[in-house]
Amino acid sequence: MAAKSVIDPMHQFQIDGLSGALTGSPFTFTNSALWMLFVLACLTLFMWGGMKRELVPGRWQVAVEGFVEFISGMTLTSIGPEGRKYTPWIFTLFIFIIFSNYLSLLPTGVIPGGHPFAVTAQFTVTGLMAVISFSIVLVVGFWKHKLHFFSLFVPHGTPKPMVPLIALIEFISFMVRPFSLALRLFVAMIAGHILFEVFGNFVVEGINSGTAMGYAIALISFVFVLGVNAIELLVCAIQAYVFALLSSLYINDAVNLH
Amino acid sequence: MDLASAKVIGAGLAAIGTGIASVGVGFVFGSFLQGALRNPGAADGQQGRLFIGFAAAELLGLIAFAVAMIILYGFNG
Repeated sequence: MAAKSVIDPMHQFQIDGLSGALTGSPFTFTNSALWMLFVLACLTLFMWGGMKRELVPGRWQVAVEGFVEFISGMTLTSIGPEGRKYTPWIFTLFIFIIFSNYLSLLPTGVIPGGHPFAVTAQFTVTGLMAVISFSIVLVVGFWKHKLHFFSLFVPHGTPKPMVPLIALIEFISFMVRPFSLALRLFVAMIAGHILFEVFGNFVVEGINSGTAMGYAIALISFVFVLGVNAIELLVCAIQAYVFALLSSLYINDAVNLH
Repeated sequence: MDLASAKVIGAGLAAIGTGIASVGVGFVFGSFLQGALRNPGAADGQQGRLFIGFAAAELLGLIAFAVAMIILYGFNG
């Protein structure tokens, strides 16, 4: 296929060592690690600017407090009074995901070599966050309820003959949770970035072709990329919200056993 | 039919799934609006459930997309 050699949408997700190949040591400093450090720096700056604890909060402090109150409200409504203990983890998830989602949309590609890296479009990153959430569910569930935790798989009022079937289905849906949690964020981000790459390439190729048809296709693709950008701004926030919300709901299952 | 064209056709068929998932997402938000306009007072309390339904419907479309990507790029043949 000729077009495949020109447009390679998967190249942007490739992890490379900054000082040589990835073979050899497992502790190579990669472009992914560099971009995560950049996200961490932005995050630290944002939080540090708002944690001066002024009596009359300025704009910055109100912004930071808005984030914190949003997440603490989410954990309190979905977990209950005990949700306060889990607020730090949910907040860590939410703010890391939303920052890395938005920073991966930065137009720093105009600087040569300054391409942003979509950290949350790596299944290792989202998978690790989902596995930690899932481990919290398991540890808290077995710690609080001991073996009674298994009653999670049999909802109240299940008719006796249905118990084995329902328990099997509930068990499968419980075990699939970390995968679905990680896959949702990962695929949503990767899909958006692939669309940018493919249709951005259409714009460039259309203009390079120099024909009227090429210009028309470039114009249509450009408008489409603008629309995808607008949607992606929404998706970035929704995916961070959904990840945090589902994590707190899963923790709620472990704390209160439905 | 050679493998390259079969791959492209398969990816196109998998893309139908994303379109069907969009129907599901629209249904979730449409039903929420129907309920919310009848009882606006209770709407704010149900936003968490709205996004759970949205996430569940969206996940299946995203899986269809992932299948298309695996077909296109996942294996070389």
